[in-house]
Amino acid sequence: MPLAESARQLAISDIQSYLAEHEQKDLLRFLTCGSVDDGKSTLIGRLFYDCKLIYEDQLTALLRDSQIHGTTGGSFDPALFTDGLKAEREQGITIDVAYRYFSTNRRKFIIADCPGHEQYTRNMATGASHCNLAIILVDARNGITTQTRRHSFIISLLGIRHVVLAVNKMDLVQWSAEIFHNIHREYTDFASRLQFTDLHAIPIAALHGDNVVQRSQNMPWYEGPTLLSHLENVNISADRNLVDLRFPVQYVIRPNLEFRGYAGTIASGILRTGDEVMVVSSARRSRVRRILIGNKEVSHAQAPLAVTICLEDEIDISRGDVLAHPNNLPCYDTDVEAMLIWFDSSPSKTGAVYWAKIGTFTVPVTLTKLRYKTDVNSLRKIENPPNPGLEMNEIGRAHLTFHRPVAFDPYRKNPPLGSFILIDRLTNNTAAAGIILDSATADSRSALSRIHPASRNIQRESSLVLPNVKSSLTGLRPFTLWFTGLSGSGKSTIAKLLERRLAQFGYLSALLDGDNLRHGLCRDLGFTPPERSENLRRAAEVARLFNDNGILVITSFISPYQADRAIAREIIGPDRFLEIYISTPLHICEQRDVKGLYARARAGEIPFFTGISDPYEPPTNPHLTIPAHEWPPEESLRRILLLLRSHGAFLREAPQEPNI
Amino acid sequence: MLIPNLEYHLSHLQLLEAESIHIFREVVAEFRNPVLLYSIGKDSTVLLHIAQKAFYPGKIPFPLLHIDSRWEFREMYEFRDRLRDQLSLDLRVWINPQAIELNINPFDHGSEKHTQITRTEALKQALDHFQFDAAFGGGRRDEEKSRAKERIFSLRNRFHQWDPKNQRPELWNLYNTRINPGESMRVFPLSNWTELDIWLYILRENIPIVPLYFAAERPVVERNGTLIMVNDDRLPLLPNEKPQLRKVRFRTLGCYPLTGAIESNAETIEQIIQEMLLTRTSERQGRVIDHDAQASMEDKKRDGYF
Repeated sequence: MPLAESARQLAISDIQSYLAEHEQKDLLRFLTCGSVDDGKSTLIGRLFYDCKLIYEDQLTALLRDSQIHGTTGGSFDPALFTDGLKAEREQGITIDVAYRYFSTNRRKFIIADCPGHEQYTRNMATGASHCNLAIILVDARNGITTQTRRHSFIISLLGIRHVVLAVNKMDLVQWSAEIFHNIHREYTDFASRLQFTDLHAIPIAALHGDNVVQRSQNMPWYEGPTLLSHLENVNISADRNLVDLRFPVQYVIRPNLEFRGYAGTIASGILRTGDEVMVVSSARRSRVRRILIGNKEVSHAQAPLAVTICLEDEIDISRGDVLAHPNNLPCYDTDVEAMLIWFDSSPSKTGAVYWAKIGTFTVPVTLTKLRYKTDVNSLRKIENPPNPGLEMNEIGRAHLTFHRPVAFDPYRKNPPLGSFILIDRLTNNTAAAGIILDSATADSRSALSRIHPASRNIQRESSLVLPNVKSSLTGLRPFTLWFTGLSGSGKSTIAKLLERRLAQFGYLSALLDGDNLRHGLCRDLGFTPPERSENLRRAAEVARLFNDNGILVITSFISPYQADRAIAREIIGPDRFLEIYISTPLHICEQRDVKGLYARARAGEIPFFTGISDPYEPPTNPHLTIPAHEWPPEESLRRILLLLRSHGAFLREAPQEPNI
Repeated sequence: MLIPNLEYHLSHLQLLEAESIHIFREVVAEFRNPVLLYSIGKDSTVLLHIAQKAFYPGKIPFPLLHIDSRWEFREMYEFRDRLRDQLSLDLRVWINPQAIELNINPFDHGSEKHTQITRTEALKQALDHFQFDAAFGGGRRDEEKSRAKERIFSLRNRFHQWDPKNQRPELWNLYNTRINPGESMRVFPLSNWTELDIWLYILRENIPIVPLYFAAERPVVERNGTLIMVNDDRLPLLPNEKPQLRKVRFRTLGCYPLTGAIESNAETIEQIIQEMLLTRTSERQGRVIDHDAQASMEDKKRDGYF
């Protein structure tokens, strides 16, 4: 594709710099969805046209096509740029997922252009499974429709956290701010039942380009970013799970007797040489001796790189096995509860056997029970549907029984190990996509329940007040801001300032401080590694109770071990857990030594003191890193408030608008 | 040698390479008899390079297949044979016997029929002959409109036909590789790469490519605005036509009488990238066959062309 104008200049003047810059760009995959006439194809065509990303010969062909097929009376019809196949050109609608590629100075983008047709839900689920962000298009004249709800539900089910509500055709409603705000409000209400962490609404007119790439002159009342600017800046670095190592073995490379390599794509987490790993199915352990990416040897590699690893010991491993760290294992079970999106024209049959492909493992599976169907328009459960099976494009919850135990994670925690497809054993059609909610048996054998099994006789009581109602009372979506860092790094100071600032704006939050918990709830615990773990487990459970009750929590614990923070994240829920690393280095903390603890630790008076006689493992992928020794407190606060804003934490405007 | 990789930032090239390696391994693990369709062009040369990485230190566990139209550039045959010897590749060459018998060529039979017989039909014959059940191709979705909708794993029936309305949904990186006897799969590991990605990767990995991609003085004639290289004495010259030396290079390679050259001074990969970045026309413009009819690529694909 041709270059955006600013990039052109750099490519002309200094190709080496251009290449170096381009190499560093990251990748955002997004999809566009909306009903048939909401203008998806027009929007993408407009995006390319305004970024000057359409070649001259393509543009000539488009202008020619606009005369023949266009819906714009012969003038340039941006939609024709994306509508590829003949049949749909004749019908004037998109019927399949089309992928488009472009890059700006900030990012490289892959667009999945998804259909609005009811019967093509499967294509949208397909597109969504590859994306970080979704643009939901609505026609300003029609507002939120059944299709809007259906699409939002599907992208939420597929774990997309970043959503842009693009209210299109604003030109046809006289650029009315009121209409835009009403649609925005209606959608926010609806979306509060979904799992989005970051929702942004933008009024646009794709046909004319308003607020797509160029700021609109017609809507001065809108002060937010243009669509392109938002796409270039949205923060997706925390979307990838780098905490829980899962390595599904894809292929064994054995060219000679000396070399036995396990090839595969790291599904999540980070793999390092020297790591102890466990084969989940056999519980056999070994250590990682070598990691290869192609023919290059590396010391570590992260998801989603494709690697080949060699282990210290010859243990029996084959395709379909999953390797993980022994202290952080996935579930391993035969029975799961899952949401199914049905693709096949022949409906699901309870009791029937399908092939399931999960990771690199293919195994027969029985559809044991269909619990309910979901009415995707109202999001209501249909407990006893008139038709006993899921029909094409229907979604429901099912209990499935694999014929052999399978290593998996809940999808919310780890999509690559929480997703599967069902294949019809007779026709070989892809019958359904599956999203694992949880293990169906009481003992999921997960790392967590192995450490602290709960009594099987206890069930959770649910509240009569919906979570979104509770958080609407506090004004904040209930996240847990988990501060981690050395003693004296400034965690408590910033946490307290943050709590006060939120209160000044009129938002309720709760502060959990390490020292305070140790005076009461945890006063039976010391500082040995297992006691630290238990301390944090209790803290996480408390944070979770607060979050469940709609209250945002700020925690301030040293929490030195990666594994403990992973467990806290699991307890609180990965979507609610925001990790903030206070990165003040040891020598500065020690210099300050506010509580005189470092001096005592150096003198040997305090055992297991983090940084001195006990390690601190910094987070690999925190949502935010705060060098508190370099930033004034005001800057730290500003960055935290920005993080909250980018996650859609503010549910109503503050009496005093946060000045960020 | 240990290469420290302290950053957790991954560039898009790293992500694309990882995805392609994953696809190669998935096919080899799940199919009986795969093959890599090697067209000698830059995309399939990149494909070959990634395949080597996917199975290192083992050898590529499948053969390569070149569908030879007999009208490739001379330089392509030289490059192919050199690469085969250097890498000890299991390279199989297939020419449609009918094409030899009837002396099919682009001049007497027209570009459409020529391509149909020497490429599309020949490919089907070869796949049937060797009983391949999966064939890797270097197609990219950014090349052309109908390819934008192609799956990575594209199911073909026993007649090698592609049905755009009956393609399997592809979610996450879970590919349904199950096929019935006679059916086959075309697999496109480079689906998500753009032309720029390919060039950046060739640069980064230092991958040798056919010299025709670099600008040099070459004898050409101009026909309907397209520069055709006089690659051997089989090109019939029109009465007033005289080959002239011009500094040209090729953006795509195929049958030489059907492949237009562009005037260029780009002699290095960096210069090619720079020229490509600044160009205002798309890659396939140099290919004569795509102009035959609107959506012509789609028609060819339904028929079994790559």
